[in-house]
Amino acid sequence: MKRGNLELVVGIFVLAGLACLAYLAVHLGKMEFFGHGYQVYANFDNISGLKDGASVEIAGVDVGRVESIKLTPEDQAKLVLRLQPGLKLYDDAIASIRTKGIIGDKFVKLSPGSSGKVIPNGGRIRDTESAVEWEDLIAKYIQGKV
Amino acid sequence: MAIFIRPLGRWVLNWVQEAGAMLLFLLQGLALAFVPPFRPRRLLQEINLIGVKSTLIVLLTAAFTGMVLALQGYYTLRKYGSEGALGSAVALSLIREMGPVLTALMVSARAGSAVTAEIGIMRITEQLDALDTMAVNPMQYVVMPKLLAGLIAVPLLTAIFDVVGILGGYLVGVVLLGVSSGAYFSGMVQSVVPLDINGGIVKSLVFGLTIIMVASFKGYYTEHGAEGVSRATNQTVVLSAVLVLAWDYILTSFFM
Repeated sequence: MKRGNLELVVGIFVLAGLACLAYLAVHLGKMEFFGHGYQVYANFDNISGLKDGASVEIAGVDVGRVESIKLTPEDQAKLVLRLQPGLKLYDDAIASIRTKGIIGDKFVKLSPGSSGKVIPNGGRIRDTESAVEWEDLIAKYIQGKV
Repeated sequence: MAIFIRPLGRWVLNWVQEAGAMLLFLLQGLALAFVPPFRPRRLLQEINLIGVKSTLIVLLTAAFTGMVLALQGYYTLRKYGSEGALGSAVALSLIREMGPVLTALMVSARAGSAVTAEIGIMRITEQLDALDTMAVNPMQYVVMPKLLAGLIAVPLLTAIFDVVGILGGYLVGVVLLGVSSGAYFSGMVQSVVPLDINGGIVKSLVFGLTIIMVASFKGYYTEHGAEGVSRATNQTVVLSAVLVLAWDYILTSFFM
């Protein structure tokens, strides 16, 4: 193969591979080059299997991601949420864990609140609602408590 | 009794010895990448042989894998009324498992065997010794560029495999079977996390290095003429496939 051709072919191959890699990393892996935005955290009693990178929604609109999940000393789950910059949450905001459909993915649903007092970047959402567990609901139904 | 135990012991000793020799061979090959003279053109030639020439077979395998995953997934998911999860099922199986493993198997069948045959024939026709007498280190001239090319080309091929597989799944799932295209792609975006992508890339790096290490090692230590080359090529394909699958289990248990 001629020198120029070899370089061209390998160049095209590497470019195509890198393009696919970039698509996977940026589009699917949600790698963020500009890791800024509005960050808040919230403690939940039970997140029942929510994962890193789960989506955060307000009124059904995707507004951010769950950045990290840790266990607090009080045995609660501490979720760090990274939201779109410019979003305002008030200190009566409510965060709840919901499921899409019966076996769908878990996500965090936010109601932004309206108290007039904005939660600062890095602040905490005080009101949280844990995930609804199907087993609990069924158990309650069987015992006639619903 | 000793008649049965002795061959077993010999077999185990040989096996351990060969594994150790292979690791040293790999380390030596990689270390030579940092020693001048550098020959970037040799690396390009090897990327062409190992990567570019495997692209077609990888594209074909990827398209059919994605299509069959979508078909199988569709009929299973339809029982639960969740065809919407098809995109994430296809993407996750491709990115975590099928992509790295099938790419590695295809590369080992197409390029690994060729690497062994090439180096093996250089060995039995004493071309490697000829390089040595010309003060060219055969490890550095022949083996090292192949190892680097495996390390570079296999992850890129895996990324191509993943994307083409996802498109193949789209073709069957959305175009043929009528799953909504929004559900296919958004389900995929929601359920794939960075760990999946990173895990897939690490796997493909390890597989690429493993395949070319086995292939070069078997070729480099070929003996006994044409028959030896045929045996070495055969061993390369079998051993690299087994090692890829074994590594796959080990790496999955680390990552997931």
